[in-house]
Amino acid sequence: MMNLSGKAHKFTQDDINTDYIISGKYKFKTLDMKELAKHVMEDLDPDFYSKITSGDFIVAGRNFGCGSSREQAPLAIKNAGISAVLAKSFARIFYRNAINTGLPVVECDTDQINPGDRLEIDLRAGIVKNITRGIEIKAKPLPPVMIKILNDGGLAAHFRKYGDFNIG
Amino acid sequence: MGQTIIEKILSSHSGQTARAGDIVVAEVDLVMGQDGTSPLAIRAFNDMGGERVFNPEKVAMVIDHSAPSPNEGVSALHKLMREFAWEKNIKLYDIGEGVCHQLMPESGKVGPGKLVVGADSHTCTYGALNAFSTGVGSTDLAGAMISGKMWFKVPETIKFVCHGELPYRVYAKDLILYLIGNVTADGATYKAAEYTGEAVKALSVEGRMTMANMAIEMGAKAGLMEADEKTLQWLANFTNEKFTPVAPDSDAVYADIKEYDVSNLEPQVAMPHRVDNVTSVGSVAGTPIQQAVIGTCTNGRLEDLKIAASILKGKKINPKVRLIVAPASKRIYIEAMNQGIIQTLVESGAAVVTPGCGPCVGTHNGIPSDGENVISTANRNFKGRMGNSSAQIYLASPATVAASALAGEIADPREV
Ligand code: SF4
Repeated sequence: MMNLSGKAHKFTQDDINTDYIISGKYKFKTLDMKELAKHVMEDLDPDFYSKITSGDFIVAGRNFGCGSSREQAPLAIKNAGISAVLAKSFARIFYRNAINTGLPVVECDTDQINPGDRLEIDLRAGIVKNITRGIEIKAKPLPPVMIKILNDGGLAAHFRKYGDFNIG
Repeated sequence: MGQTIIEKILSSHSGQTARAGDIVVAEVDLVMGQDGTSPLAIRAFNDMGGERVFNPEKVAMVIDHSAPSPNEGVSALHKLMREFAWEKNIKLYDIGEGVCHQLMPESGKVGPGKLVVGADSHTCTYGALNAFSTGVGSTDLAGAMISGKMWFKVPETIKFVCHGELPYRVYAKDLILYLIGNVTADGATYKAAEYTGEAVKALSVEGRMTMANMAIEMGAKAGLMEADEKTLQWLANFTNEKFTPVAPDSDAVYADIKEYDVSNLEPQVAMPHRVDNVTSVGSVAGTPIQQAVIGTCTNGRLEDLKIAASILKGKKINPKVRLIVAPASKRIYIEAMNQGIIQTLVESGAAVVTPGCGPCVGTHNGIPSDGENVISTANRNFKGRMGNSSAQIYLASPATVAASALAGEIADPREV
């Protein structure tokens, strides 16, 4: 889980909110995340789901995931086969939810990534290798708490393992 | 080195001196979920091997987002919540009780110095009561229901000092829209906002809640205020508990201090499709509207309904406009009936719907048609927010919404 590789799907705009990630039309109706996943980013790109190869990345601008606290947003992304989201910055609740549900989030300069670029990410070291362009992008390292929760496979798995918080 | 309000509350709940940047595990005083988030939290709770909640008195669930249920998918999720609440012996606020962010303050369990987490992004509302409250996701909620704890990164604080007196028919909503327009949608991300100054102190507790509610619209983790006599009096309606107000130290360290003079502020409107796309009412006046909404956790309180009624009294809304009113809680609904406010609103043409979120989030109760314009007292105008991505949503104060419902177009409330 700490090393990832795949292709970049780029969304250039800032402030992509949780209603864009998964529209309210769907998210209240079901707990079936595979079903929700089919509608991920639909208002921005109606065919997005069909373009994803498992392991690919979403690449975006500033303040990704702003808006509601619904975990359906990171879960829909994860269940669509996306292995991490890269953005210049993330909204706070989305960031927490992503880590808690085991979806890695990477804060870095996404201007250095073009649509379709092949990327390799070392989460622990905080390095994004843009293979297509032959450059390395420095990412903001994840705090140790988050590495720990991600490594455990999310907060639920963390609790199953320890029965409580174990991040002292 | 002094501490901010949030540093003090996180210190008292984590047993260590919390400073911006630290990561602490803190005890929570109240944990809340609503019907958009609780079903996933229940699943995570079971997935974590949860059996009982840490303290049934400190956990609450609210069915407000799609209440009453508009379809069988939602009904199944509501049923899941009810059964969970009954089994775990926790308080369930069922349909018709109101919006979670009005019900938690009315429960008497939120007050100065408390730490509250809710699986809803507008949980920051209770900062108006000098509590640290913040929105989290369903998995975080499940962890808190089991352990009574949560991990936090202690945020830096931006202080907003609002000087002067708000002019005629300019309200807390106009002020907070103005601040959001000024700092932008991510201007306070990962940070807490602290609101102070004469203009904030002069607000009612209800007005303060409007401001705290929208802290998330600038990305903030919390929107806090100091407690004063008004806060304590308001709380005394709901609890006998004696709270100790938490004030920032005079040498507390802030990420930024922003000063504003509000004396000449005009009614503000957030234009589609961003909450920080804010302008004065004059520059959008005349835009036709087809639907007007008064309610939500931002502006569905008694004061808001009263302001709207004072503008609508004895008049009829434009025949081409639907006006939907959703009182924020049953208590407010009853009080508004007792004071004749509901009668005034209905006589003017309003359709009053069940206390709760109303049409705010596009699940039911007034989904706009393609290309329609809506003016609403809610807190978000994202594309698709109200259930139709080709509608446009404008956000404004209850006075501006009422004035616009009369005119059939966006109108300046100072001119009616
Ligand atoms: S009224 Fe709107 S913003 Fe408030 S809790 Fe309900 S859906 Fe969310």
